[in-house]
Amino acid sequence: MQKFLTFVNTLGQVMMRFFYATGDLAIFTTKAVMACLRKPFYFKELLRQLIEIGFYSLPVVALTTLFSGMVIAIQTYEAVSKFSAEGAVSMVVLVAVTRELAPVMAALMVAGRIGAAMAAEIGTMRVTEQVDALVTLNTNPFKYLIAPRILAGVLMMPILVLIGDVLGVCGGYMVGVYKMDFNATTYLINTWNYLKAMDIISGLVKAAVFGFIIALMGCYNGFRSKGGAQGVGQATTNAVVSASILIFNYLLTEAFFNM
Amino acid sequence: MKNVQIALKDVHKAFGNKIVLNGVNLTVQKGESIVIIGGSGTGKSVMLKCILELLKPDKGEIKFNGQQIGMLFQGGALFDSLSVWENVSFAALQQKGMTREKAKKIAIEKLAEVGLKPDVADAYPADLSGGMKKRVGLARAIAMNPDTLFFDEPTTGLDPSMSDVINDLIVRCVKKLGATALTITHDMTSARKIADKIAMLYDGKIIWMGTVAELDKTNNPYVRQFVAGSSKGPIHMEVKAEE
Ligand SMILES: Nc1ncnc2c1ncn2[C@@H]1O[C@H](COP(=O)(O)OP(=O)(O)OP(=O)(O)O)[C@@H](O)[C@H]1O
Ligand SMILES: [Mg+2]
Repeated sequence: MQKFLTFVNTLGQVMMRFFYATGDLAIFTTKAVMACLRKPFYFKELLRQLIEIGFYSLPVVALTTLFSGMVIAIQTYEAVSKFSAEGAVSMVVLVAVTRELAPVMAALMVAGRIGAAMAAEIGTMRVTEQVDALVTLNTNPFKYLIAPRILAGVLMMPILVLIGDVLGVCGGYMVGVYKMDFNATTYLINTWNYLKAMDIISGLVKAAVFGFIIALMGCYNGFRSKGGAQGVGQATTNAVVSASILIFNYLLTEAFFNM
Repeated sequence: MKNVQIALKDVHKAFGNKIVLNGVNLTVQKGESIVIIGGSGTGKSVMLKCILELLKPDKGEIKFNGQQIGMLFQGGALFDSLSVWENVSFAALQQKGMTREKAKKIAIEKLAEVGLKPDVADAYPADLSGGMKKRVGLARAIAMNPDTLFFDEPTTGLDPSMSDVINDLIVRCVKKLGATALTITHDMTSARKIADKIAMLYDGKIIWMGTVAELDKTNNPYVRQFVAGSSKGPIHMEVKAEE
């Protein structure tokens, strides 16, 4: 009986903590979204974040999407019969890259780079009382720190993914033409014919959602961090892990509903 | 009650099981300079943060009638991504019609008031010494000509003559601008100089409050021990040497 009660007690505490955390995140998200929509806007901060996310993430996103395109081309070539490969490779590369690979690859790379950096920066500001100092200087931290980051994430991720789309298809083209000796013109014509606006758009929408998730998780974990350098380190890890989990969660849900 | 600037009534604050404030009562009149003294870790900074609504008290009531505040944090809390002058003019830069040139000029004036030369204006907080950071924090606190000033240990880490410059600055803000000031300090020389009234925080409560003259005459054993800087007395020092 005693053991059972201890068990119930522990379970209750875990549940309470879970509900508290969920509620806290929900309130934080609402405040963050409100801050994105209402004046004042800090355009200089927004610009800084746009450059940080868009420009400085470009190399790593470009590389990973290019390689994904190449790998998909090779895998498809090996999987289908050699005779029908030419059409299949270009189509599979196009669809896989635009629908899934570019958004996911870009999101994971940006989560590692930007999500972590946001959590570290805001976390450091939190534990050194800079966030409190903002408040005493008539500045709302949600508007000054969080809104620019979230807006930049939502605006820049689609652009990164669009570039990733092009590079992924280029990767497939390079492998197809230089390694498998496909006809370059035919490859391009095939790609053009299979190109569907819906695939691209759904990929870009996904990218915007991922950008939101990454920035939100970075800001939330940074904002709630406590206890010095160790706490900031913890926040950084949490930001990346929770963003990655949410991204995969989103993909699973989407796959499930599309079946 | 019209002239009350800050009023705390039975304020409680705990972190987990640790009770920090246990029924604080404090009233500060408009234009008054109050100094809070008390041992390290007694909750002085926590009390300040409760007044500024940076922390939410568990129980009790806090009234604050100020319009514009200026706050110096114990650790400075300078924005390290901004230069010194952008830190000082942070609030000013957000006003409509404020140009960067004008803001920088104001910042340099305020820096001069805390004894810093114009050439530090373009430096970044990471390149400053501890005492310089403190003074930049002070310059930022007074930059908007606030009617209520909060200083968390303004003279800690400064040499004696610079401390005196800061003391004069605080006195000037209160006397000339009519600001209300609430200062936390361990520096009794400074406290005597700037205080209209001194209050002592001990064991989560304000246990004594009075003027500087009353401070020297009081029979309160806690206050006497603290002012004398002695380790013998009713204040329990939690220092136990291992045998
Ligand atoms: N955010 C927090 N979470 C948990 N405990 C805290 C927090 N802030 C302060 N404390 C605790 O509250 C107590 C009082 O802290 P506070 O910073 O107010 O001390 P203080 O009187 O300002 O001391 P000092 O003179 O050394 O600055 C300390 O024991 C500290 O550990
Ligand atoms: Mg303190």
